[in-house]
Amino acid sequence: MKIAFTAAGTTWESMIDPRFGRTEFFIVYNDETQEVSVVDNSAVKNEAHGAGTATAQKIFEIKPDVLITGNGPGENAATALKQLNMKIFVNAHNMTIKEAYENYKNGKLQSL
Amino acid sequence: MSSERINEIVILSGKGGTGKTSIAAAFSVLAGEEAVIADCDVDAANMHLLLKPDFAGSLDFFSGELAVLNQDVCIRCGKCADVCRFNAIPFIENQYTISPLDCEGCGYCEKVCPSFAIVMKERKSGKVYTSTIKTGGIMVHARLDIAAENSGKLVAKVKKDAKDLAKAGNKEYIIVDGSPGIGCPVVSSLSGANYVVLVTEPTMSGLHDLIRVYEVIKRFRIKAGCIINKSDVNEAQSREIKEFLLAEQIDHLADIPYDSAFSSAMIEGKTVVEIQSPRKAQVEEIWKQIKIITNKNNTI
Amino acid sequence: MINNPPLKIGIASGKGGTGKTLLSTNLAAYLSLTQPTLLVDLDVEEPDDFLFVRGTTQSITDQYKMIPVWDEKACTLCGICSKTCKYHAVIQLGSIILVFKELCHSCYACSELCPAGALPMQKHKMGEIKTITSGNLTFIESRLNIGEEQAVPLIHQTHERVEKTHGDIPLQIFDCPPGTSCPVVASTRNVDFVVLVTEPTPFGLNDLRLAVETMKEIHKPVGVVINRYGIGNSDVEMYCREAGIPVLAKIRYDRRIAELYSNGQLVYDKIEDMQTSLDNIIKAIQNVVRKN
Repeated sequence: MKIAFTAAGTTWESMIDPRFGRTEFFIVYNDETQEVSVVDNSAVKNEAHGAGTATAQKIFEIKPDVLITGNGPGENAATALKQLNMKIFVNAHNMTIKEAYENYKNGKLQSL
Repeated sequence: MSSERINEIVILSGKGGTGKTSIAAAFSVLAGEEAVIADCDVDAANMHLLLKPDFAGSLDFFSGELAVLNQDVCIRCGKCADVCRFNAIPFIENQYTISPLDCEGCGYCEKVCPSFAIVMKERKSGKVYTSTIKTGGIMVHARLDIAAENSGKLVAKVKKDAKDLAKAGNKEYIIVDGSPGIGCPVVSSLSGANYVVLVTEPTMSGLHDLIRVYEVIKRFRIKAGCIINKSDVNEAQSREIKEFLLAEQIDHLADIPYDSAFSSAMIEGKTVVEIQSPRKAQVEEIWKQIKIITNKNNTI
Repeated sequence: MINNPPLKIGIASGKGGTGKTLLSTNLAAYLSLTQPTLLVDLDVEEPDDFLFVRGTTQSITDQYKMIPVWDEKACTLCGICSKTCKYHAVIQLGSIILVFKELCHSCYACSELCPAGALPMQKHKMGEIKTITSGNLTFIESRLNIGEEQAVPLIHQTHERVEKTHGDIPLQIFDCPPGTSCPVVASTRNVDFVVLVTEPTPFGLNDLRLAVETMKEIHKPVGVVINRYGIGNSDVEMYCREAGIPVLAKIRYDRRIAELYSNGQLVYDKIEDMQTSLDNIIKAIQNVVRKN
């Protein structure tokens, strides 16, 4: 299973980026192969508007089974994400990626 | 508490003129060197008048795109003007010219130009500043060029710089003076916040706008508190606002009665907590309360 | 009267909350006592003039913008549309094309550049224009639907409507959106004169300066009304004197105005000095416009 985190950095110790549309990175963890990869989303900084839909297009290319983030996607992004068969967990801000993963494993994150 | 866990507090109001900036500036003075200040109300940036930043660091800011036409290459075929839905490419004195005020940066003209005379360039829309303010604290703020528009991108940039500085300086708080309205900049002001302080006033439009902006806050599941400013101007409207707060479980932080202390302070270039009036103790008390609420939220 | 074009006055301010609505509604109501007057609320994102105008609704019309609509059958999934759209209003998720109406600027690029013709443009309701009459006063409210990001097209449509159907009303007052960006420019472009409402404080002065610069950019004659006069200092007056901008009126701070306003009531018939102020404003504007 592929789990994607919105992340403010590129390591397991980085903080969750609470934003979906303007997240700087995605950290993608495959819990079967235990592979970790990083997807750079920082180009979204240059978007004046429409960051949410631009990032939704990006996450579609990653095709994760689970998305873990902070505030949750905005209205437009949420509409786009409905097209993906993906579980979304929110309220993981103020956690590191590692902590967010543990909380997710223990069923402590709120699902959308 | 890890140094990366910073309390981000956003001050918002659906409509202008409620005293949002005066209150945000007062909190900024009270927080002193514990906080980095981010002025995201770039349409009507006024915080600098009270906090006296030194404008030490500045950087041009670009947002959106603008079509630029190279007259040397243009063959005057007019295809660009034909497809432009914004009438932004008038034919003046025998040549096609881009009117920057009308160009929406859609890039259609660039795509249809057979002689590659049009390129889309980033549009300069203002400057972002990093300053030290009178308390010794740090502030990130922006100034828009004339007729340039605020955007989610600009707000995100101001907040990102503030966050980086807060991390580097081991600060506890980021105080954000949020954008007005309910559009993209507000969403950007809110994202990543730990707590929202709503400043409203007891008028019909005050409540109407409060309800609209709270819809956005709710969507992002951020805890909020509310200050009713000039609460004594209309007791009935004040009561109605309080009922709304109760129903939505928004913390009712305080009622601040109309007080000329706010404008007296402003005229001296000060915040209300820097001159003597009953408002000084009251605003100090509200800030203390906000610190308690946000620290408690953070340790759960 | 027939050959005289109407006098169009824009009421604007650098930021919200300075008294734009107070001035627009009272000026319009007062002037309508003696002549046909039009009030247009162009603050389409937060229109609230309606709180102060009571009358009979004459019409409500839906206003549209054009947006692309995906024709799944015709689509070849080539991806040109999502690469073309600078606003990310059209995105491709695998075999699906999604259009985000609110983000769309109606530029037509995706639609007309689609090789398969799979994105025809269609009407999409973005707001409505309501016409209300009350005696000599005609009131037009233009309201953008929540979530719509583009105020400018609706403002243009409202101006067009006014020109087409109300060109015969000699006095026209436009309550403009606050700020200094595109919506204000669109609102004030075809008015004869812009009244900038401010207050006599450092915040007021700062916002006024920005508003004056914006109006200079589009070459509009301006005058200033100082609201809540007495609460601050004289810096705004000094600035106006130095910049050669006429101060049309000073509306003294009066707690009764704040109270009446908070309840959605007009003040010109209840506060003694108000009518003098309104008279001074209109006379000063007529003088300037006549000279030009």
